[in-house]
Amino acid sequence: MEKTSSIHASDINIIRKKHMRLFIAGLILLALIVVTGTITNYNHIDGLVSVPAALQWLFANMYFSGSTLSRLPTVLRLLWETVLISIVSTTTAAFFAMLFAIVGSKRTSVNGFLMYFAKLVASISRNIPVVAWALILVLSFGTNAATGFLALFFGTFGFLVRAFIETIDETSGDTVEALKATGATYPQVISKAVIPESMPQMFSWVLFMIETNIRSATLVGLLTGTGIGYLFDLYYKQLNYEMVSLITLAIVVAVLAIEVVSNWIRREIL
Amino acid sequence: MSTYVDRNSKGNIKISRPNKGQMRFRILLIATVLFTIAGFFMMDYKGLELWPAITGTIENIKDMFLSPQFNQTTFGNAVWQVIVTLSLAFLSTVLGAVLSLFLAFGTAMNLSKPWLSNTIKAFITVVRAVPTVLWVLIFAIAAGLGSVAAVIGMVFHSIAYLVKAYSEAFEEIDEGKIEALRATGSSYTHILFHVVIPQTKSFLIAWTFLRFEINFGVAVAMGAAAGAGGIGYELFMSSGFYYDMNEVGAITYMILIVAIILEVIANKLKAAA
Repeated sequence: MEKTSSIHASDINIIRKKHMRLFIAGLILLALIVVTGTITNYNHIDGLVSVPAALQWLFANMYFSGSTLSRLPTVLRLLWETVLISIVSTTTAAFFAMLFAIVGSKRTSVNGFLMYFAKLVASISRNIPVVAWALILVLSFGTNAATGFLALFFGTFGFLVRAFIETIDETSGDTVEALKATGATYPQVISKAVIPESMPQMFSWVLFMIETNIRSATLVGLLTGTGIGYLFDLYYKQLNYEMVSLITLAIVVAVLAIEVVSNWIRREIL
Repeated sequence: MSTYVDRNSKGNIKISRPNKGQMRFRILLIATVLFTIAGFFMMDYKGLELWPAITGTIENIKDMFLSPQFNQTTFGNAVWQVIVTLSLAFLSTVLGAVLSLFLAFGTAMNLSKPWLSNTIKAFITVVRAVPTVLWVLIFAIAAGLGSVAAVIGMVFHSIAYLVKAYSEAFEEIDEGKIEALRATGSSYTHILFHVVIPQTKSFLIAWTFLRFEINFGVAVAMGAAAGAGGIGYELFMSSGFYYDMNEVGAITYMILIVAIILEVIANKLKAAA
């Protein structure tokens, strides 16, 4: 009787310790929230209030007047340009990323030096933010499509190399070994085992990146004065909020359309 | 005889014939390549002189990475600005994570009703479709340019990302454990906090940290594009205002170092999950 009760007591102790740990973790988190809030001058109440206010504002400006709607062709033209830049930069980056991923993956690399070199290049290119790329490139390339293309290209390239290396590691273990056992040469292994095995997964990553890049392209456009981002910035600064709403709506529709198409491709083909 | 053997143009015997799925995939790839090539011709390059642009960029990059130097700002200030950016990322990640946790309970199919799950999913899809910078600027109309708009805008996108990740983790829990607790008469909150969260804890932490890593990059962008302050604003000033490539280089190095550290930690957490 005494024995069971002592076990019981220690059980309670474990639970109490667990609660204590949870409590301390929560306290640290709360303290960090307060500290970071102070550092950034963030006011939680202002933040809470701004959500309904902004949404109300957004919907209040959705009743477009005739003069706003007459500018729709311009919006659509720049939207198309932005979509074009994001797709082309993603597919081009995917091509180069595939070469780097084949060199950078443990299973298919030629030698250790090249493997680490490929990984290093990819890491630098993805960890320098797209904003920094955009700001650097716009100085020489000016405000045209090439700037946005290159800025997105570098960010996408780095990300896709990481994703492709993971894909190759996951999918092509056994087939590579089997082909090597038959005496296949390196190019044969790559073209007959690695690429066919990992292609569908890689394409899925490309679709994901196209969706992401349409949003990034808006940001890059805002900074470099190109595409739909530039148009948004222009009307935002003119306080023409109906146009701002229209452009936001156009971007949402474009992103959703791309998502529908890529889901269809994933379901039907990959 | 020749009718039974397919030969290619070189006269070698074809050993495999692609099935319908492979054919479709090939068509998709060819279409993608054609679209890319056509896309290059459709883009608007007005005013671009390619060769000076390339040499100019190489010159700038050389200035940046080979002789980084602080001129308008000091190293100490730059470190402080990095901390500000990290704080913005931290705040939006934590606030987003807490809200996402509750929304994810409503989204996971095994913990919720289908109508609720589909409603939240539709809401999330629309929220995700708006670029973060637009969210920030839209909130700035209500709250003014600054950290409030930036954090709320980033919270919106963090939610869109985390709810999907969390609810997918929840859906993979062993159904038997939930049923066992239901059989004992446990309440809904009991099931959530004694089965669902403990079971998926390491996944939740890994995904949240991954979002923190992403949010750091986003916070840099918001500093440059939406007046959120921090290192992104310094970057914008030194490149767009002072044209000081050496300082851009120094700031880029600082961002790069922080980003790589965050990525290494995120990878470790992901591998442990």
